[in-house]
Parts: sequence; structure tokens; C-alpha cells
Amino acid sequence: MTTNLPFSSPSKQLNRFSFWQSISIPWVVTIIYLLLILVLPIAALLVKSASLGLEGFWQIATTPIAISTYNVTFITALAAGLVNGVMGTLVAWVLVRCQFPGKKIVDAMVDLPFALPTSVAGLVLATLYSQTGWVGRFFAPFGIQIAFSRLGVFVAMVFISLPFIVRTLQPVLQELEEEAEEAAWSLGATEFQTFWRVIFPPLIPPILTGIALGFSRAVGEYGSVVLIASNIPFKDLIAPVLVFERLEQYDYPAATVIGAVLLSVSLILLLIINLLQQWGRRYAND
Amino acid sequence: MLTINLPKTFKVKYLLIALALFYLILVLLLPAIAVFYEAFHKGVEPFIQAMGDRNFQSALQLTVVMALISVPLNTVFGLCAAWVLARNQFPGRALFLSVLDLPFSISPVVAGLMIVLLYGKNGWIGSWFASWDIQIIFSVPGMAIATIFVTLPFVAREVIPVLEELGPEQEEAARTLGAKDWQIFWRVTLPNIRWGLLYGVLLTNARAMGEFGAVAVVSGSILGKTSTLPIFVEQEYKNYQTEAAFGAAVVLALLAVVTLVLKEILEQRTGHHKAV
Repeated sequence: MTTNLPFSSPSKQLNRFSFWQSISIPWVVTIIYLLLILVLPIAALLVKSASLGLEGFWQIATTPIAISTYNVTFITALAAGLVNGVMGTLVAWVLVRCQFPGKKIVDAMVDLPFALPTSVAGLVLATLYSQTGWVGRFFAPFGIQIAFSRLGVFVAMVFISLPFIVRTLQPVLQELEEEAEEAAWSLGATEFQTFWRVIFPPLIPPILTGIALGFSRAVGEYGSVVLIASNIPFKDLIAPVLVFERLEQYDYPAATVIGAVLLSVSLILLLIINLLQQWGRRYAND
Repeated sequence: MLTINLPKTFKVKYLLIALALFYLILVLLLPAIAVFYEAFHKGVEPFIQAMGDRNFQSALQLTVVMALISVPLNTVFGLCAAWVLARNQFPGRALFLSVLDLPFSISPVVAGLMIVLLYGKNGWIGSWFASWDIQIIFSVPGMAIATIFVTLPFVAREVIPVLEELGPEQEEAARTLGAKDWQIFWRVTLPNIRWGLLYGVLLTNARAMGEFGAVAVVSGSILGKTSTLPIFVEQEYKNYQTEAAFGAAVVLALLAVVTLVLKEILEQRTGHHKAV
């Protein structure tokens, strides 16, 4: 096929050949598939939202029930993200820096929330945290109800967002040089100073990235929450469940508007996560 | 506080390990154990009974069908997209990569909603199919499309870094030696990327069989007709059929365990570091 390459610029010739002859099929497949599966559905949602007009959109987006679901969704997801920001950092640290028997299994287990279907997670969490469940029974005497309340939503969101923080932090901790800590320590820094001024600063971007990823996942979560919550409006109804309920009632405009709000939040979070990752990379290069 | 490498703070170190392990046991291990306990604490009989249920069996079948449709399609797409992105520099490439990742950021319910809007009988594509009397939403094709949507990025995402690291040299060498495109793909590229590809296929399969939210939105949830196993779990739970729910849950949990074990094996083989 390409036996008669001119001696002058073989590589250039090659590139042109490879581009037109072998890349064209993958290009076509990729673009058509992405259009059909990804771009058109997103466009359908955006066009449908736009058809409601700004005023109509705003009216549906800010009904009291919608606002209460944003409140439950975002505040609970943020709480779950922050708790995992602290505990996930600790878990990542222990997994990278400490040796103990069974560490490999523990490490593999961190991915469980990715691998376990969300409805199974919801089912088992609802059972564990019910009044008679293994964990719930310890809280019941104090009048604290976890399953079928907002606390249950929080428990589900903690479960599904944990791997994001751990897995974001692990590679960064692995690359962090122990020498820097030892140097700081041998130069007379106290433990607190070593932690606060040497170890912690490069970890800020990945911790924030992990929290943002976990938060983003928790905001969109449906499966585990719908099973553990009672899904009562103004109490523990989250926005994705409201979208689902509106669709079941064939109230497409309301489903579309709240869906569009969730989509915008996802996109904004994606942007923030990208910026955080760039910040983290700059830190790593310094 | 966290300077646990220092010799003076052995006690703090063990305290922190204990705290981390306690958290992992509470958040991850306890739920994992509880699935199996709830399914089997009355012996295997309720489990076997649940397995014999016709609705369970049709849900199991449909779950497999979902994977059989979405895994091959997304594998072909993933390979194409990975090649496009790893072997070409073009304006908008970074944007392309972000767009590819969108299904991971979008809520599964919103993904399902989009598919309902597009493929429903008033949607752009759905109305066209409706004129042929083909229903997509609230039936199997719609569920397959939803599954494809949520599992879209996995293969491409795993193959892109492998292809980038590999570089185009071997492919170019094969080409100058006269190999055709298909030969290059089967005999040069594919053997080199096989573990990364398998890793992507594994994640695609796990998610395809386990997806709940997006599929539930488009399924219309007609028991025994459009239920996959994850939907079956929810329906049985809502109907207070806890034993049947846990029977199906345990099957899905086993799938998750197998996935995690295979993932670990592939990670060791590829030196793949864990990532989200």
C-alpha cells in the first residue's frame, strides 16, 4: 500500500495515509454514536426546557416543593462529602502509609460502592439502619430514626461517595515524598508544623477534588436514597426522586425543569472539578 | 495530628488505623455482610424459593440481555473513540474528552429523563419510531439505550491512557511493512491494549447489570416484563417481599464481589493504579 514512499518526507506522507485510511472509520463511528447516545438526549432536554420560556422555567424551578428538594439534596450531599473529606483522607493515608494484614482486601473493598448496584445498597442500608437493624437499634433508644428520614439520605450518600475521595487522594499520597516530612522534622519542625506546612498544602487540591466528585455523585444519586428514605416532600425528598415522581405522573415540564437544574449543577461541578485538577497538577509540578 | 510516620507517635498511629478501619467496617463491610446474612439467615431455602420465582428469572434474563446489548456496542465505540482521541491532535480535543465523561456526571435519573424526552412518542426520534408502531420507551429498547448511556465512557477511558503510553510506532512499523488496517488492529494494537480493554469491559458489564436509576425511569416497571434485577430488588422491597428482594440482592452482590476480584487481578497485571 505504502511501498513507494518518497524519501523526502516519509513521516508526513505516512501521517496523511494513516489519517485517511485507518482513522476515518473510528471517526465516523465515534461521532455518530456520541451524537445519537449523548448529544441528542442532552439537546432534547435543553430544547424542552427552553420551550417553557424563562418565566415558565423559573416558576416551576422555584416552587416550594422543588426548593425543599434542592435543600435536602445539596445540604445532605455536602455534609456527606465533608464527612468523607475527613474520613476518606484518613482512610487513604492509612492505605498508603501503613502496613497491616489484610490491607489488600481492605483496599479492594473501597470500590464496593462502585460495584454494588445502588438498589442493593439502598435495600441493605435501609435494613441496617431501621429501628431494629444492626446499627439502627443503637440509635432507636435515643429517639433517633435513621432509615426513612433525612439521616438515612445522609447515610446512603456517605456510602456512595466514599470511594471518590479515597481514590483521588491515593495516587497523590503515593507520590508525596516522605523525605520532605523527614527533612522538615530533622530541621526542628514540630509534628504539628510538619503536618500543617509540609504535608497538608499539596493535599488540599486533591481533597477538594475528591469532595467535589463525591458531592457531584451524591447530588445525582437516586437508587440507594429512594429505598432508604421515606420520600416525603419537605422532609427527605431529594431532587432526583422528584424528577422520577413527576415523570411517573406524566408531568413532563416539571420533570424537565428540575432535571435541567440538576444537569446545570452537574456541569458546573464538572467545571469546578476540572479547575481543581489543574490546580493540583500545578502543585505537583512545582 | 496526622504525622503518623514519626517514631514518637506510635500510639496515635494505631489509633488512626483503628479509626480508619472502624469507619470502613461501618460504612462498607457491614452492608456487604448484611446482604448475605439477610439472604441466608433462614437457610438456603428462602433463597432457592426466590430464585425459582418466574419474575426473578425474567428479571435475571433481562439483566443479562442489557449487558449483552450494551457491552459489545460500547466496546466497539470505546475502541474507536480511544483511537480517535489517543492518535490525533485536533482543536477541541480536551472538550471532546470532557464530553465523553459526561455520563458519569449526569444523574442517572436525568439521563433516563433525557431518553424519555428523545425517544418518547413525542420526542424527535421516538415520534419517528412511533409512526412505525415501534415503542422504545417503557420497553426493552429504551432500557438498553439508557444502559448504553450510563456505561458509555468506561472502555474509552481505560483504553485511551494505554494507547497513549504505547505510542504509534509499532502501528506505523506494521503499516510500512504492508499490513492492512484490520491486520494492524488485530495483530498489533489489540494484543497491546488487551488488559486495559478487559478492565474497561469489566466495569461496563458491572454497571450495565447493576444500573438502576436510569433504567428504572425508562422501564415503566412492569413486573416480570420490564424489570431487571436491580429494579426487581426495589419492587419486591416495596411490596414487603423482603426475602425475594434479598435473594436478588445477593445475586447482584456476588456479581459485585466477582467484579472487584477480577478488577484487582487486572490491576496487578497492568500496574493500573486505582482511580475513579
